[in-house]
Amino acid sequence: MTTMTETGTQGRAPAESGEILLEVKNLKMHFPVTAGIIFQRAVAHIKAVDGVSFFVRRGETLGLVGESGCGKTTTGRCILQLYRPTDGQVIFDGQELTGLSTRQMRTMRRRMQVIFQDPYSSLNPRMTAGNIIGEPLIVHGLVNSKDEYKDRVAELLQNVGLNPYMADRFPHEFSGGQRQRIGVARALSVDPSFIVCDEPVSALDVSIQAQIVNLLEDLQERFDLTYLFIAHDLSVVRHISNRVAVMYLGHIVEIADRNEIYRSPLHPYTRALLSAVPIPDPIIDAQRERILLSGEVPSPLNPPSGCVFHPRCPIAIDSCSEVTPELREVDSNHWAACIQAPGYGSY
Amino acid sequence: MATLLEVKDLRTHFYTFEGVVKAVDGVSYEVEEGETLGLVGESGCGKSVSALSLMRLIPDPPGKIVDGEVLFESEDILKIDMDDMRRIRGAKMSMVFQEPMTSLNPVLTLERQLSETLQLHRGMSREEARQESVDLLSRVGIPDAERRVRQYPHQFSGGMRQRVMIAMALSCNPKLIIADEPTTALDVTIQAQILELMKSLTSEFGVSLIVITHNLGVVARYANRMNIMYAGKIIERGAAGEVYSNPRHPYTVGLLKSVPRLDLPRRAKLDPIEGQPPDLINLPEGCAFRDRCRWAVDKCATEEPPLMLVNEGHWSACWRSDELGPSALDFLADLGLYADDSSNGAAASESDAEVE
Ligand SMILES: Nc1ncnc2c1ncn2[C@@H]1O[C@H](COP(=O)(O)OP(=O)(O)O)[C@@H](O)[C@H]1O
Ligand SMILES: Nc1ncnc2c1ncn2[C@@H]1O[C@H](COP(=O)(O)OP(=O)(O)O)[C@@H](O)[C@H]1O
Ligand SMILES: [Mg+2]
Ligand SMILES: [Mg+2]
Repeated sequence: MTTMTETGTQGRAPAESGEILLEVKNLKMHFPVTAGIIFQRAVAHIKAVDGVSFFVRRGETLGLVGESGCGKTTTGRCILQLYRPTDGQVIFDGQELTGLSTRQMRTMRRRMQVIFQDPYSSLNPRMTAGNIIGEPLIVHGLVNSKDEYKDRVAELLQNVGLNPYMADRFPHEFSGGQRQRIGVARALSVDPSFIVCDEPVSALDVSIQAQIVNLLEDLQERFDLTYLFIAHDLSVVRHISNRVAVMYLGHIVEIADRNEIYRSPLHPYTRALLSAVPIPDPIIDAQRERILLSGEVPSPLNPPSGCVFHPRCPIAIDSCSEVTPELREVDSNHWAACIQAPGYGSY
Repeated sequence: MATLLEVKDLRTHFYTFEGVVKAVDGVSYEVEEGETLGLVGESGCGKSVSALSLMRLIPDPPGKIVDGEVLFESEDILKIDMDDMRRIRGAKMSMVFQEPMTSLNPVLTLERQLSETLQLHRGMSREEARQESVDLLSRVGIPDAERRVRQYPHQFSGGMRQRVMIAMALSCNPKLIIADEPTTALDVTIQAQILELMKSLTSEFGVSLIVITHNLGVVARYANRMNIMYAGKIIERGAAGEVYSNPRHPYTVGLLKSVPRLDLPRRAKLDPIEGQPPDLINLPEGCAFRDRCRWAVDKCATEEPPLMLVNEGHWSACWRSDELGPSALDFLADLGLYADDSSNGAAASESDAEVE
């Protein structure tokens, strides 16, 4: 099986479109599956991320969507070097991260933060909200006195729409939406420039989701943040992102501007994903075309040959099982990995 | 169509250390034969408790159905003894849960689990039950059913397990299936598969369906009628098309407006419902939604609005329901309020997201 090559990656962004803060090149994360009791040996590999390339411009939000298990979280963790990638490069503000030592990475992490999906399990239940938010300030030596610490925590609480007096409460005393605000405040505490938001609203009720989305947008503007926004809800992603990348089984199959990708999706998987999103209006919903995909996502242990989507693809042709389509710019700023996409060219 | 289920003033409370949780507090509605009813509301509003009450599966203590009637085929099933209730549960009503693993027995093969019901409730022989199990699995779209029926629940993916649950629910030839957030844990493409499957099976078998969800989008395609719940009560109910296009309760309007929509131009800002749902232990007097409501007036703090008829077959529990309706939903008017940012390229109105 050929892998995605670096030609046609997103490495060469047009300069006029804004400076690139993060660039991911041909990233791979293969988790070994081991056997043996005393001598663990790898018997197979889960190809969680298998040759992913994209960039994020300073100040923008790149949405990363795809079904569970397609490798979104793994991609986020590889960027932050929480997993050491099997292959590929992660270049943050000109600095290649994959070669950095743990110590060097710790310094970098002040500038790169993460917000997790589950506001229930991601906060230490035995720490007060104030200490959860303030811990990174101490770890990174960002405050010099107790007063400064308290002031900063109070300020952070306010920034995320909570009351400073809530600093002494424990996570279980907060609702899901409030807990997510605490997670946001903690990420903000070190004054980062880049945040991986890993499904930050998926576990919340719709009315609370909107509150958090608005908060993230406000904070982005106030603090010049750049986001990688991971989600499986396409309506939310379209709302918050400037550009959207669609992932399937360890690969990125399409990247385009948020309006472009919804108006003219080029990859058959993107089309199916969009058509499955329910619209809360029965009359409009009834008029929409539905592409029901058959079957389920195959295992990343043994991904299909050629295009990984071909066994479920409604338009697959013979060569789809043979050639691995690279992500190509088929239209200006519109990238797709499908040999049948208009403008894709020949192999 | 005949009425299959009639719920009258149902009240289910939990007597906890902190106080009485009025999880379901005066809920009335009916379900017609063959109808799909959507039951929608935020987490904690009493959806699951109201479903479990119908099945009489409320843990007692701390829970108790304190009042009301549940007429199933004209019989009040809150009054019958537990043995009769178990028979109804096995034969006429069944439930599909959000997390199928909790209701499947992990140590039994599907064949064992399915045939048990079939032998018990449909009086089949072992061989008949085995054959029917295989049939059911293929009916719900499980490939290679002959082989897979001999497997254990953990050998199935989330979406496949939900199909198995539906097969189980159908196995007794029920009149009513209650599906409690059946697709919440699933991906959108699998969600679509499961909902399509439920829709086609319910119409094929003439089964009535109550679908519980916190997401109005999920049931738009499938429900005939909708009940919107808030803090233990139904605050709006009516035909689905009507409720979505002519919402007459501020909470319903808020739910519809807080979600970004793929079929409409992107709004510069989402319009959330501020605040959080109230604590069901210490509900204040008046309307439970008033703290979060943009339409609230003084009266809302003192007098609780009952469900009032606002249109044919359409009820709302709001003193100001007359002032709501399609105009309150005017998404495009919002767009004028917020000019979209320039990084979005063309004007927002051009960004038609109609998915073709
Ligand atoms: N630490 C790990 N060890 C082994 N496999 C993993 C690990 N983390 C994730 N995976 C596998 O990698 C694939 C991608 O997972 P993940 O990145 O969590 O997907 P997503 O976030 O898109 O749902 C899945 O098949 C998952 O089971
Ligand atoms: N066993 C129980 N003991 C005490 N309170 C309960 C119990 N089960 C449910 N409740 C309460 O009843 C209310 C409604 O819960 P539920 O019906 O599960 O909500 P949902 O709408 O999310 O399904 C909640 O406030 C919940 O805390
Ligand atoms: Mg994930
Ligand atoms: Mg529930």
